[in-house]
Amino acid sequence: MDTVIGVQYKDGVIIAADQANARSILIYQSNLDKIKQLTSHSAMGVSGPNCDLVQFTEYISKNLQLYELRHEGTKLSTKAQANFCRNELAVALRKGPYQVSALLGGFDLTTQKPSLYYLDYMGTLQKVPFGAQGYAQYFTLSTMDREYRENLDETAALDIIGKAIHELQSRFLIKQNNFIIKVIDQDGVRVHSQGADPADT
Amino acid sequence: MSYDRAITVFSPDGHLLQVEYSMEAVRRGSTVVGIQGKDCVVLAVEKRATAKLQDDRTIRKIFSIDDSTVLAFAGLTADARVLIDRVRVEAQSYRLIMEDAPSAEYLARFVAEIQQKYTQRGGVRPFGIATLLTGLDPPNQRPVLYQTDPAGTHSRWKAQVIGGNNAKSLREFLEKQYTADLDEAAAVKLAVQALMEVVDSGAKTMEVCVVRTGGKREMLSESVVQSTVQVLEQEQQAAQQQQQPVE
Repeated sequence: MDTVIGVQYKDGVIIAADQANARSILIYQSNLDKIKQLTSHSAMGVSGPNCDLVQFTEYISKNLQLYELRHEGTKLSTKAQANFCRNELAVALRKGPYQVSALLGGFDLTTQKPSLYYLDYMGTLQKVPFGAQGYAQYFTLSTMDREYRENLDETAALDIIGKAIHELQSRFLIKQNNFIIKVIDQDGVRVHSQGADPADT
Repeated sequence: MSYDRAITVFSPDGHLLQVEYSMEAVRRGSTVVGIQGKDCVVLAVEKRATAKLQDDRTIRKIFSIDDSTVLAFAGLTADARVLIDRVRVEAQSYRLIMEDAPSAEYLARFVAEIQQKYTQRGGVRPFGIATLLTGLDPPNQRPVLYQTDPAGTHSRWKAQVIGGNNAKSLREFLEKQYTADLDEAAAVKLAVQALMEVVDSGAKTMEVCVVRTGGKREMLSESVVQSTVQVLEQEQQAAQQQQQPVE
């Protein structure tokens, strides 16, 4: 049900996610932030039941924080962070699985390169230039595949995200009004745009 | 004399000799001075001379525990590493469960409780370290200074010295010189002045860390420390010269 989309560009990664928190016919809230910041330069957009989203992302981010404190400020590469997440998912799979599928994007200051990783709830890990989770995969991957090219700039990448969201809003049965879009680049993680809950306005 | 074999026994006059011996180990460690200012806490440590071939960047005495919590120790380095790791994990665990930063008092109490546990278990010896821990006080986010010792007590201090043979006289020095509400420069100056009583003069023998209200912390650069040392040396010389002409 949740939509998470990610696109890597020359100097960073953009991750977008819908903001609905719903069960059955009820929408609890429309302003949920499903893109959890992990470290200063990485974030993970997640899909799945709310309990698992929260437990998994907070557990990962605190463990990454502990690593940095233990090792006197050494930052883990995005690849290492993604592999750590995958390992946690894989170990939990045969005990008490996290039903979380994610797109993890990060910018490595040491190599000055961005990267995007696709993780799913069965312990899959794959580095991808762009990706999607949930039903969104069926609607957006073809558009992203056609539009994506190497060395995009931020505007072009945002444009691809916009096209993907547009496709969903035209053709996906479930109305997803609000999307939160975050950009991860040299300066860290920032919110590009997000929607507000109707109850707040 | 035989009451120092097993830690679990008291001596006839009510002493826990192993705990007292571990305090001796602390005395053999290098000095750490902590000063509470109005909006900051200053931790200054003595950097003992290292062997020529040793890379002294790998000898650290001031450790980050959490985003706004810093710990310095005096005593056995290896023991400190174990305790520091435990409290780092506890800080993150607290953040995960409470969704809030642990206070300095909570972390100091945690360290002290571990140290106490090791005075009351069979087959283990106490940690040979005392710590000065600085972190934020929850209501107003002002930094505060806590001390723990091998006995497992923790207490809050306005200014404190641990480690080194002269801790007692340094404490008396601080009692005379300390005033409340010191600004950052004055607190740094007092900390460096206290350390200068025990170390060879110069910024190379000291490391100074400042934690400010709100949690920002800074390891002062060698040049800043050096200029503070120079100012203090000049003041000392001026004070000596003033005394001499009266003959």
